[in-house]
Amino acid sequence: MKKLVILGAGTGGTIMANKLRKVLDRSEWEITIVDQHQTHYYQPGFLFIPFGIYNKHDVIKPKADFIPAGVKLIYKGIDKVDPENNKVLLDGGQILQYDFLIIATGTRTVPEETPGLKDKLWYNKIFDFYTVDGAVALREFFRAWEGGDLVMAIAELPFKCPVAPLEFVFLADAYFTEIGIRDKVNIKFVTPLPGAFTKPSSSKMLGELMVEKNIEVIPEFYIESVDNDKQVLKSYDEIEIPFDVLTIVPVNMGSEMVERSGMGDDLGFIPTDKFTLRSEKHENIFVLGDAANIPTSKAGSVVHFAADVVFENILSAMEGRELKAKFDGHSNCYIETGFGKGSIIDFNYDTEPLAGTYPLPGIGPFGLLQNTKMNHYGKVLFRWIYWHILLKGKEMPIENEMTMAGKKL
Amino acid sequence: MATKSYAGVNVDVTEDGYLTDPTQWNKDIAAEIAKEEGIDLTDKHFEVIDFLRAENDKGTQLTIRMVGKSGITDIKGLYTLFPAGPLKKSSRIAGIAKPTSCV
Repeated sequence: MKKLVILGAGTGGTIMANKLRKVLDRSEWEITIVDQHQTHYYQPGFLFIPFGIYNKHDVIKPKADFIPAGVKLIYKGIDKVDPENNKVLLDGGQILQYDFLIIATGTRTVPEETPGLKDKLWYNKIFDFYTVDGAVALREFFRAWEGGDLVMAIAELPFKCPVAPLEFVFLADAYFTEIGIRDKVNIKFVTPLPGAFTKPSSSKMLGELMVEKNIEVIPEFYIESVDNDKQVLKSYDEIEIPFDVLTIVPVNMGSEMVERSGMGDDLGFIPTDKFTLRSEKHENIFVLGDAANIPTSKAGSVVHFAADVVFENILSAMEGRELKAKFDGHSNCYIETGFGKGSIIDFNYDTEPLAGTYPLPGIGPFGLLQNTKMNHYGKVLFRWIYWHILLKGKEMPIENEMTMAGKKL
Repeated sequence: MATKSYAGVNVDVTEDGYLTDPTQWNKDIAAEIAKEEGIDLTDKHFEVIDFLRAENDKGTQLTIRMVGKSGITDIKGLYTLFPAGPLKKSSRIAGIAKPTSCV
């Protein structure tokens, strides 16, 4: 019996388990998936929790519900991979041998990397919304808050879902307007990037929205530390930004398992061929999603598109054929812009986000780089699609390769 | 693309003033670009520059954090050497492409 092991039962690992169990002969291939957590989080939903749009129960389901029959699911921490000997060591001493390995262990937030971040103000006046606990704690804080300086800051690049902090300030603008205290809330957006976003065309569109919504953008700010007593953010070039409440995207790093295995770069992301999605070092290891160091967004949409490529290429590799599928870096982001509207950007390694429309048979088209209600409904619908279609690896009416149809050059 | 003369050598530069071909670079060119940025280069600056050029040759995506972990200087030190936008300034002086951040 040959063995396929999948590390991580998040978006990527779950999709792969579903896709591969359907095609790999059960008498020939055993599939095992390992994850330390039993709960699957719908992470795009975290953003809505601080504003009372979703609650905790809207974003969680048991992981086991999404793993197909015929796949062995192990709830254990992963100690490390021993790639030279095709072995995975689990906490407690269990050893899994593999013929092929898919690493989909994602990225995690590490507030400890920034001095003063996880200190006495943590979950008191400093919050993240990349964990369900942080999002819920921020919800509680906002309920009682009467206004002041709201600072949204990004600690380091890359980080998961690069549009989320923008959506956060847009939704905050709408939320505080709706509860009638927007005039008492100063919203600041602090980023190490030169503008609101990295891609020039969307940075321009989003920058204009920031001005329209009276949100101050503070670019090229590289956070050194947080002073808890003075309640200020400090940069390396000694600029200070005071806050009454700080929402932060902490430093993102790959799984500690990657570090222990000696397989990561300085942030714990695994060097991966950006086209074939195979590990640069090991021919029988593929890396899917945020765990890879490929130069595209760390986001569920990317994982979903990349999954098709890993699927084709791992089947080729299993049969000793050449890897033919090439990932184009396709990323597709809904951007909630508040007041029931949204925008969409669609791009890949080579193509900047373009204006135009995004064709989605049966539902779309959606406006690209435009602010419309239709785009917002798309995002709302997506939660259902995520649970019922995407995780189960079913066909979606979207090609994994980016299309130029509808885009205006 | 434009051509600019540094230290008596004509080099190709981008709109932002970054060399398009790192092989056209030499230390005298670096010193003149640094002057435009208001920086007098010391040995420490050149250690950072050599590191950036070597990593760039390997195709590494350069980050401020990476320089901070290089053992040459920490991030604070990098900001002292190349104030305000250290990675951009040091990359320009090192004759390599403007750093881009992927998201």
